[in-house]
Amino acid sequence: MDRDISLRVLVLNERVVAKDIPGLIETVPTFHSLLIRYDPLRVRFEEIQARVDSLAANLKTEAQPGRRWRLPVCYETDFAPDLTDVADRCGLSPSRVIEMHSERAHHVYMVGFLAGCPYLGDLPDALSLPRRSDPRLRVPKGSVAIALTMTIVYPVISPGGWHLIGKTPFEIFDAAWQRPALFKPGDKIEFEAISPARFEELEKAVLHDGHCLEPVSA
Amino acid sequence: MLPCLIVRNPGLHTTIQDLGRTGYLDNGVPPSGAIDFVNLRLANILVGNDQGEGCLEILHGGPEYTLQADSARFALGGTDSFLDILEPDRKQIEPGRSATLARGARFRVVLGRASSCAYLAVAGGYEIEPVMGSVSTYVRGEFGGFKGRPLRKADQVPLRQGKIAGQGDFLFSRSPQSVPGGGVLTIRVIPGPQQDYLTREGTRCLFNETFSYSPNADRMGIRLDGPTLELQSIEGFVSDGIIAGAIQVPGSGQPIVLMADHQTSGGYPKVATVISVDLPLLGRALPGTLIRFKAVTIEEAQKALSDLEADIQAIAESMQPIRSEAHLNSEHLLSNNLISGFVTGGSEDN
Repeated sequence: MDRDISLRVLVLNERVVAKDIPGLIETVPTFHSLLIRYDPLRVRFEEIQARVDSLAANLKTEAQPGRRWRLPVCYETDFAPDLTDVADRCGLSPSRVIEMHSERAHHVYMVGFLAGCPYLGDLPDALSLPRRSDPRLRVPKGSVAIALTMTIVYPVISPGGWHLIGKTPFEIFDAAWQRPALFKPGDKIEFEAISPARFEELEKAVLHDGHCLEPVSA
Repeated sequence: MLPCLIVRNPGLHTTIQDLGRTGYLDNGVPPSGAIDFVNLRLANILVGNDQGEGCLEILHGGPEYTLQADSARFALGGTDSFLDILEPDRKQIEPGRSATLARGARFRVVLGRASSCAYLAVAGGYEIEPVMGSVSTYVRGEFGGFKGRPLRKADQVPLRQGKIAGQGDFLFSRSPQSVPGGGVLTIRVIPGPQQDYLTREGTRCLFNETFSYSPNADRMGIRLDGPTLELQSIEGFVSDGIIAGAIQVPGSGQPIVLMADHQTSGGYPKVATVISVDLPLLGRALPGTLIRFKAVTIEEAQKALSDLEADIQAIAESMQPIRSEAHLNSEHLLSNNLISGFVTGGSEDN
């Protein structure tokens, strides 16, 4: 994915949203494009187009949008059914895979596929693999998975063809939250490797006390 | 007991829907909402609700209910679908009018031959907590509507009003502009945004061949049988945003029209987009319906939407109180063309 295009999409999105254009319903930033949904009974296409075009000039001047997060992930075998396989196929040790995955900040390109599911990038070339040839029918909720240059986190149980290399105890989507998806395009996420014991502790806090992940910085 | 509808038979797929969610696509949350927003709005108008109030969306098969409230006023929006009152006295409530029922009334919804869906509105609305600003059910996400799922037998769907005061029932003395029936449904589309991924032959197919609404369809999308659409290489195609009505073409070349519960992003070219006005036609269509696509401009699409709004407005203004039951025989209804509809075009066989 092209990070530069993504950043320009995100900056354009911020500008469009800030303008509060009458008739504009919502926007969806994605990897390389910005989807704009509008009400044609309130505003004509040509008008939206002209206003967005005028906002699209010099898209790199602003500071990068986004918050920083540290997401605890357990990479131990029980939580990471594909880690050994990924390590073998990449010619690395499992601990090296974990290190490479958790030592960098991942950029949230977009949220999609499943409600609240973030697409994160980019992986180092050494970890880039095609999707699994036999997709799973039931990927556990919270699974952290990689394919190609991306990482995703499954917000709910779902079918999926990505390689599962870890799992987070945190909820990343809740329909009752004011913003139901925890992560926003432009956010930066670091993965913090945790032990199975710590996973269980956090999972309990999430389940019983409604413990939520907070950003490291706004 | 709080006022409610008791589900005696859930039907095949009945969910609470309104006009859908807005503002959450960037959270990966689809809009959901009625797949036939026209009939949802008409049903609400007949019972005096806001046009976007939540209704029961009845898909593919008719449910049966018992009313557990002193009284309630219902209206069904759904082309030639009707309410069949089973108790206390057997009678049928024709389309385009409301009906007030008393405690213990048992009734079922019978879907017509011209529509695969219908909307049951109740005066005052169903008592449902909105999620993200909407009562629409998103079954895959397990949220919204009644417990985030289709209705089941013995569910009790709460009603906001336990009793109907004063004024009587209403009927429309004008019916919606009907779409010519007779075989093939013409669906208007705006080409793109990724029409250039089709080969010349693919483009020719899209606009000149006839497709068929496959049995493989749900609120998420409608797979079309028929010719496959030939694509240029989609190697390196980057996932982007999706809107209801997008016609997505996967590698198989078998187009899918994305509907209300669509995923918010997709990794296949979207070669054309069904205009909003024609989405309800697809929502109502039955498996096996033949479909042709016709390219229109954005201006034509905007004009069609203004016309549809004017039509709904005119129907709303045609609403009249029903004076007496004796007045309301089927001859009267037929003379007012009330049991025609969008797709049938004629009332002779109803």
